[in-house]
Amino acid sequence: MQLEYAPAPESRGVVDLKPSYGLFVDGEFVDGHGTSFKTLNPASEEVLAEVAEASDADVDAAVKAARRAHSRTWGRMPGAERAKYLFRIARIIQERSRELAVLESLDNGKPIKEARDVDVPQVAANFFYFAGWADKLEHAGHGTESIGVAGQVIPWNFPLLMLAWKVAPALACGNTVVLKPAETTPLTALLFAEICQQADLPPGVVNVVTGAGATGQAVVSHPDVDKVAFTGSTEVGKAIARAVAGTDKRLTLELGGKAANIVFEDAPIDQAVEGLVTGIFFNQGHVCCAGSRLLVQESVADEVLERLRRRMSTLRVGDPLDKNTDVGAINSAEQLARIRELSAAGEAEGAERWSPACDLPERGYWFAPTVFTGVSQAHRIAREEIFGPVLSVLTFRTPDEAVDKANNTPYGLSAGVWTEKGSRILQMAGALRAGVVWANTFNQFDPTSPFGGYKESGYGREGGRHGLAAYLKGGE
Amino acid sequence: MPSSATDTAVGSTGSSGTSWSDVTSSESSLRRFLHGLPGVDQVGANARAAALGTRSIKTTAKAQALDLAIRMVDLTTLEGQDTPGKVRALAAKAMRPDPTDPTCPATAAVCVYPDLVPVAVEALGDSGVHVAAVATAFPAGRAAMDVKLADTRAAVAAGAAEIDMVIDRGAFLAGRYQLVHDEIVAVKEACRRPDGTSAHLKVILETGELATYDNVRRASWLAMTAGGDFIKTSPGKVSPAATLPVTMIMLEAVRDYRAATGEIIGVKPAGGIRTTKDAIKYLVTVQEVAGPEWMDPDLFRFGASSLLNDLLLQRQKMATGRYSGPDYVTND
Repeated sequence: MQLEYAPAPESRGVVDLKPSYGLFVDGEFVDGHGTSFKTLNPASEEVLAEVAEASDADVDAAVKAARRAHSRTWGRMPGAERAKYLFRIARIIQERSRELAVLESLDNGKPIKEARDVDVPQVAANFFYFAGWADKLEHAGHGTESIGVAGQVIPWNFPLLMLAWKVAPALACGNTVVLKPAETTPLTALLFAEICQQADLPPGVVNVVTGAGATGQAVVSHPDVDKVAFTGSTEVGKAIARAVAGTDKRLTLELGGKAANIVFEDAPIDQAVEGLVTGIFFNQGHVCCAGSRLLVQESVADEVLERLRRRMSTLRVGDPLDKNTDVGAINSAEQLARIRELSAAGEAEGAERWSPACDLPERGYWFAPTVFTGVSQAHRIAREEIFGPVLSVLTFRTPDEAVDKANNTPYGLSAGVWTEKGSRILQMAGALRAGVVWANTFNQFDPTSPFGGYKESGYGREGGRHGLAAYLKGGE
Repeated sequence: MPSSATDTAVGSTGSSGTSWSDVTSSESSLRRFLHGLPGVDQVGANARAAALGTRSIKTTAKAQALDLAIRMVDLTTLEGQDTPGKVRALAAKAMRPDPTDPTCPATAAVCVYPDLVPVAVEALGDSGVHVAAVATAFPAGRAAMDVKLADTRAAVAAGAAEIDMVIDRGAFLAGRYQLVHDEIVAVKEACRRPDGTSAHLKVILETGELATYDNVRRASWLAMTAGGDFIKTSPGKVSPAATLPVTMIMLEAVRDYRAATGEIIGVKPAGGIRTTKDAIKYLVTVQEVAGPEWMDPDLFRFGASSLLNDLLLQRQKMATGRYSGPDYVTND
């Protein structure tokens, strides 16, 4: 008997959507002077709100406010006092977690299950964690002197979580910030600004300027910004590195990836299959460290793929606000076009494409979970970051071949190793050139654990004691 | 009502002995096979089970799940102070769990000690509710082999349609797999009736004593290759009894055994499942891990006593929109 899951929608009532949003500068919501833009619900293409675009003058005002706050209040405040604010923000995030999760799901398209169980709890955990560091910086080994004003540009895949990764350590170390959220997902950052007001954070400590590429460029190239932090595509990351070159700005970049998830024949197969699913279908594959390449040992390839296909057939794709949805909507029409283009290239190059039978909604941006088999290293789908729910499968025969294939990419953000053999895990972790190597798990995050890339995946580390270095003068 | 349990023992009596003869021919080949099964990563298995537990089953799906769960209950009394009167009361409840609502389905079986089988058989008559008996020196399993077999034969002769046996965990943990295997084969043989049919055999692994998920997987395969019709977590008398991850690993085992042999084996978690919420988590796991085919009382059972009343209260609430209370279901 098939148990048909009835719709289990999370209520939107908890979110108070305004028709239009301004910028958050110097503790107040103000009008922008650019051309305002609309933010959509990618699951329905419904307009959620009109959002102000920050002009160069608006960005300048935000940087001035941040500078004032740094020199007059926040930069001079004892760490223990800063910690109180951060703890307060963390608690308000927990109190308003349902509201934040629903808004994140609406604006981003991610399943409410993930926003509720992963994003928002991790956001709170990051603020709690870095709040704890604020009065203990002398023990971290990077000095205690803040850098000044941080210009932070964050992506659309984990809008609030990437905000937390950037804002929490910056504030804990005594810096002030000008944050530019992604054009397609600005709403939770603006709700966070409201939380800063609710926590009585001094004006100017956090400023949020919304907009697209031009606004981001104004933030990173502003002469009075001391520190630039960016998470996003390698292409934009390179442009930012060029813009910052020759200045005395400090820069950290967290960019793309093409991670190998390596399954050996002695792996715990059922859990490995779960890890493959988590690795590439979590957050619709909009994850910079997604396990987008499966490297599976030839001796177990057929068995692993059969189990993977069966497991993929149980994935529920659809309404992100339904509590039983496993895979939500693609964030934008632009991203959907890119996923389609690369998938078409995969077929044209001769790889075999498979997706489970699934009904996709008519409106909105959707892409069925997809696996390509018979992929070779030379195919575009094995080399380029797709940033969608598309897994490319390659096989290997020996551990050396696995390492060689895994490392043969311009990226180096993450990797996964699946084997019951402890010595092999350690050997692989040493040989893989990736910032994070997960063993018998994937996509696990914790505020205490540093995260960052090798090669074109960027530089600098976020999280943990290492993450403080980017926001302290002694951390160079 | 489900068809008779004996009808659905799809060839698992005779053919399994032959199809696995290479594997089960010696202690060393059995060990090689069981230790060659893919390992289970405990952290990953727990995470997967927890994720399945977050499914939200509401309205029509919940109504469907409640009736299915009631039909899967093995209503159990295994107490030293059990009396014929108590068993008759339980039988009445199994046939009509909610006396105020004739649409409420009956449970799958009533599960008793062997000496009370005749009472249960008489009370249940041709209602379709099966009589299950725990045998083989339940729950410890510590008795001489001929005693265990005599216990089983007596229960079958008295009319039990299903036998719940316990494996020798001591032998299993000592790595004496052949001994455990042969014991299951012998009990299966003792389940045979003079007319050639056979009582359904549920093999209790006592997963709480097996300690690791790797052992749960090995014991599951051992029981299936030896001819068990069902694999069952625990007698329900030792803590921890059934857990969701353990049941999930057993469901993976029956799924994989089906793929390897074509034979379909049932799963029964027992002990510790007390609420509707828990039961629904198990049903979600059955459907998503083993498949919809196992969503059937012939292939999945709950060994439980207090669970039934909670299912009934939830069922009444679905029908009336109001929560009643413990006085609106029968104590037994």
